[in-house]
Amino acid sequence: MDFEAVIGLEVHVQLKTRTKIFCGCATDFGAEPNTRVCPVCLGYPGVLPVMNEEAIRKTILAGLMIGCDITRHSKWDRKNYFYPDMPKNYQISQYDLPLCLGGKVGAVGVTRIHLEEDVAKSFHFATNSGVDFNRAGTPLMEIVSEPDMRTPEDAFNYLTALKEILVTGGVSDCDMEKGQLRCDCNVSVRPVGQVTFGEKIEIKNMNSISGVKRALEYEIPRQINALKRGEKLQQETRRWDDDDGKTFLMRTKEYAHDYRYFPEPDLMPVVVDDTMLAEIRRQLPELPEARRHRFVAQYGLPDYDAGVLVANGALANFFEQAAGKNPKAAANWIMTVSEITTTPIQPEHITELVAAIDAGQISGKQGKDVFAEMLAAGKPPALIIKEKGLAQVSDTGAIEAFAEQAIAANPKSVADFRAGNKAALNALVGQVMKLSKGKANPQLVSSVLAKKLQGS
Amino acid sequence: MPDVDINHVAHLARIELTDAEKVKFSAQLKDMLAYVDQLSRVDVTGVEPTAHAIPLTNVLRKDEIRPSIATERILKNAPESARDLFIVPKIVE
Repeated sequence: MDFEAVIGLEVHVQLKTRTKIFCGCATDFGAEPNTRVCPVCLGYPGVLPVMNEEAIRKTILAGLMIGCDITRHSKWDRKNYFYPDMPKNYQISQYDLPLCLGGKVGAVGVTRIHLEEDVAKSFHFATNSGVDFNRAGTPLMEIVSEPDMRTPEDAFNYLTALKEILVTGGVSDCDMEKGQLRCDCNVSVRPVGQVTFGEKIEIKNMNSISGVKRALEYEIPRQINALKRGEKLQQETRRWDDDDGKTFLMRTKEYAHDYRYFPEPDLMPVVVDDTMLAEIRRQLPELPEARRHRFVAQYGLPDYDAGVLVANGALANFFEQAAGKNPKAAANWIMTVSEITTTPIQPEHITELVAAIDAGQISGKQGKDVFAEMLAAGKPPALIIKEKGLAQVSDTGAIEAFAEQAIAANPKSVADFRAGNKAALNALVGQVMKLSKGKANPQLVSSVLAKKLQGS
Repeated sequence: MPDVDINHVAHLARIELTDAEKVKFSAQLKDMLAYVDQLSRVDVTGVEPTAHAIPLTNVLRKDEIRPSIATERILKNAPESARDLFIVPKIVE
């Protein structure tokens, strides 16, 4: 019997705001422990959370980019549970009126997007644990997908596309190293053709897009093999261990949490009126898919180049500034260094480099040396060409003098050429290049030589 | 009359109850639920559901950084601290 997997993802994304969701503490990454905390984000009794307007706007912007319906009247709820990383013993989240409903990323449906607060970061020691509350209260979007994916690749592609959209919109940096994009995964298996879902198993603790793919590549065969052995699967939560490459049982259904959601009395509902929605709509950027099509149409790039550039918003912006008269050549240079935007190279330097090569001022090979120097020193190509004395000699007078020397010194090559051996010209070109110490423009040399030999 | 699973409620609140307390608190909780249950007998036909009694919306703040509180002061309230962290019993899940 053949089996297939059914996969749905819950993605948590940290929003790109300066401050936390309910207080003015900074959200910058990497600060010393417990230096970005106050009574609000530490959950002291009697404090009042006040909603960060930017968190609302960014969540709505994300929803618009994904094609969601924006909830005009939204509210927050308390999700109750005990855990040391949750100082209030409840998380402020959204239960029944999330900011965004519906939508699509590629072929995968999005059920909802809600706005909630992140928890603290825990450190585990031999006999106890330590908690740093700097992250507690960072605005977090939870994006819940429909169970529309069937393979680990589907999940990988969905997450990659989602990340592209969020980064493009400036909603989140989605830096997985900094824990800005985290994922829980619901996966079940069923015989192909069966309409109902199998027992849903949740996998937690996946901190990278490739980690999700690896976890599913382990978990799906595990479930299928269990069924083939005649075992019965049950609803449970498992933890992915990226080092071991395995999932481990965390808890079964009997120990599932009972969150007792109820409306958050300290936060007033948010009404999104037409004016606010129109303002946010004006911030809508060009989406990656549209941008890829435009790169192909406007710049004549192959699909592959457009895909590589657009996958990294900063790279795509860099390219647009560097495109110049020969966008394909500019793209080739840019794609050789994926972190080009963090190097000292300026986009207009790429334009100049391409122009210098296209004008025959330097050869393609010399271009590589110039590019290396641009990367290292951040100097404009014109300066490097001058400093290194790389400019090709395109002065016909100088080349003619070299050509005459070469003809005089190589009577055999001259005779061969005149006898019809066109390849003999290359030997003479080589001589001229040598005489010019490699600086002569080879195309020019070749035409000067040919003219001289045929003319005389 | 609403029922109360006192063991479940005690577990959710992470408190231990003696048998005598379970009997006592079960009765009290049932009283409270019965009191609140009066609301379910009110005719709310034509009344919009709401999570708040006050007609106030969009209480928002600008995304502007305000000073946090010094770590030493904050950690004074921790029963135990080390390496500028709040120390808690070992977390295992």
